[in-house]
Amino acid sequence: MALERCDVEKLAHLARLGLDDAQIDSSTASLNTVLDMINAMQAVNTDNIAPLANPLEATQRLRPDTVTESNHRDDYQALAPAVENGLYLVPKVID
Amino acid sequence: MHQLTLAKISKALADKQFSARELTAHLLSRIEQLDPQLNSFITVSKDAALQQAEAADELRSTGITAPLLGVPLAHKDLFCTEGVRTSCASKMLDNFIAPYTATVVNKLERLGCISLGKLNMDEFAMGSSGETSFYGATKNPWDLTRVPGGSSSGSAVAVAARLVPASTGSDSGGSIRQPAAFTGLTGIKPTYGRLSRWGMSAYASSFDQAGFLAHTAEDCAILLQATAGFDERDSTSAQQPVDDYAATLSQPLQGLRIGLPKEYFDSRLDARIGDVINTAIEQLKQQGATFVDISLPSLPHAVPAYYVIASAEASTNLARFDGVRFGYRCDDPKDLDDLYLRSRNEAFGEEVKRRIMMGTYSLSTGYYDAYYLKAQKIRRLIKNDFDSAFKDVDLILGPTTPNLPWPLGSKLNDPVAAYLEDIYTVPANLAGLPGLSMPAGILDGLPVGVQLLAPYFQEARLLQVAHQFQQHTDWHARTPAGF
Repeated sequence: MALERCDVEKLAHLARLGLDDAQIDSSTASLNTVLDMINAMQAVNTDNIAPLANPLEATQRLRPDTVTESNHRDDYQALAPAVENGLYLVPKVID
Repeated sequence: MHQLTLAKISKALADKQFSARELTAHLLSRIEQLDPQLNSFITVSKDAALQQAEAADELRSTGITAPLLGVPLAHKDLFCTEGVRTSCASKMLDNFIAPYTATVVNKLERLGCISLGKLNMDEFAMGSSGETSFYGATKNPWDLTRVPGGSSSGSAVAVAARLVPASTGSDSGGSIRQPAAFTGLTGIKPTYGRLSRWGMSAYASSFDQAGFLAHTAEDCAILLQATAGFDERDSTSAQQPVDDYAATLSQPLQGLRIGLPKEYFDSRLDARIGDVINTAIEQLKQQGATFVDISLPSLPHAVPAYYVIASAEASTNLARFDGVRFGYRCDDPKDLDDLYLRSRNEAFGEEVKRRIMMGTYSLSTGYYDAYYLKAQKIRRLIKNDFDSAFKDVDLILGPTTPNLPWPLGSKLNDPVAAYLEDIYTVPANLAGLPGLSMPAGILDGLPVGVQLLAPYFQEARLLQVAHQFQQHTDWHARTPAGF
């Protein structure tokens, strides 16, 4: 299950990483080395074994549906690269 | 003052042998003098620390006493600290001033602890050498040409070099235990969910667990006591009573059964480290513990399973960095996609990008079953191995690492070689079990760690055995030359 260069281009786009050509080349090589190591697990017999997502097998705890947080918009927007009138600014999306 | 353990500092402050301000000023001057060669701090909070120290002294002068009042600590730079940069050692968060404080840090500060600053680490906790930081590699004080381990590299080095008596760290695949072993410290990774993850930047959410690095098990017990417990703000926080850790530290080891998994003593292990572990075993036998051979047959598959699941979780968690709400944004984005693509490529380091892509791959259509689901099934097999082992033994003991700290740069271009070094630490994270590394010897001038693993929520047992060991050995008291 080795990765081709075009697979890595697709992955980089899915992950929204704007890799250049040289980075695609080096990533293809290094991801394939990692995959070689990981593929060893395909030999393990896991028939009838249920996957384990949470080590304590805990399920999501629920709380009453009430407001618990106060408004921190100004604090949080102070950290943003660009805001205006309480809105986050991004490049124009719709022409 | 800088040679004292946290417990002794606590007593000296109570006895007024020195003030919190004197101690803080002394440690800050050591950081200024010694840290340029180590690079263990990303941010030193000099003024705030002195203010906290003065406030602690003032409280004490009014008759208020508390074990942690005026005790200086420093925090791994993934714990949010209000008003202080919290960078995760990434260019992405180089400009991020946290708007709130993590529960673990908050609890410590409310008990009077002083924060000297924020400690270097592998970027977003992805790494086992301390070299993937945007702020440069941390150096091992035992040999400045070698890695101190990671990802809690600064947390280990600052304590080992006596710049601070203890520190917070986090351990998703060994990130407390391995650097503790590499720098001669005692490091505890509690059970998954024992300490709140609220305010800790997420790497791999089903593994991430806060913990501590200090000189002694006694110091770890004090810090764990101060921070353990349920936090309603963390949806995976454990609702489990907290033991009195100090109460059991001095209990003798008679009757304790310790398992030695044969998979921890195979050909991967440097034979000289094996000898150190055997000497520690002999010591614990003399103190009353008995040892039995056990097997954890799925252990050889722990590293692949860990890297699949952790990378999948990392790719999901790090999707939040989009150049819009906080963190780095590229110059002059031409459209929204360009903003995402360039901001993320320019601000994430190579190892972080590798794991994001690996995770994206294992979660993608057509590969999910073969990678992500397969790894989660292996995770179950590993947990099952531990569950059956703990039916017969109280604790498990083995080496923390297969090898000594390696030369800086020697594994940077070989990620798999670095991943394989985690073979003895990732099993506990896969199963969610508590673990501890304690110093047990020195080889070629470099420290060697012994690892203890306990059943869920039995941190008290780990601390007891390490404390008892430290009553009969002095490896934990060794200081690297020049510090």
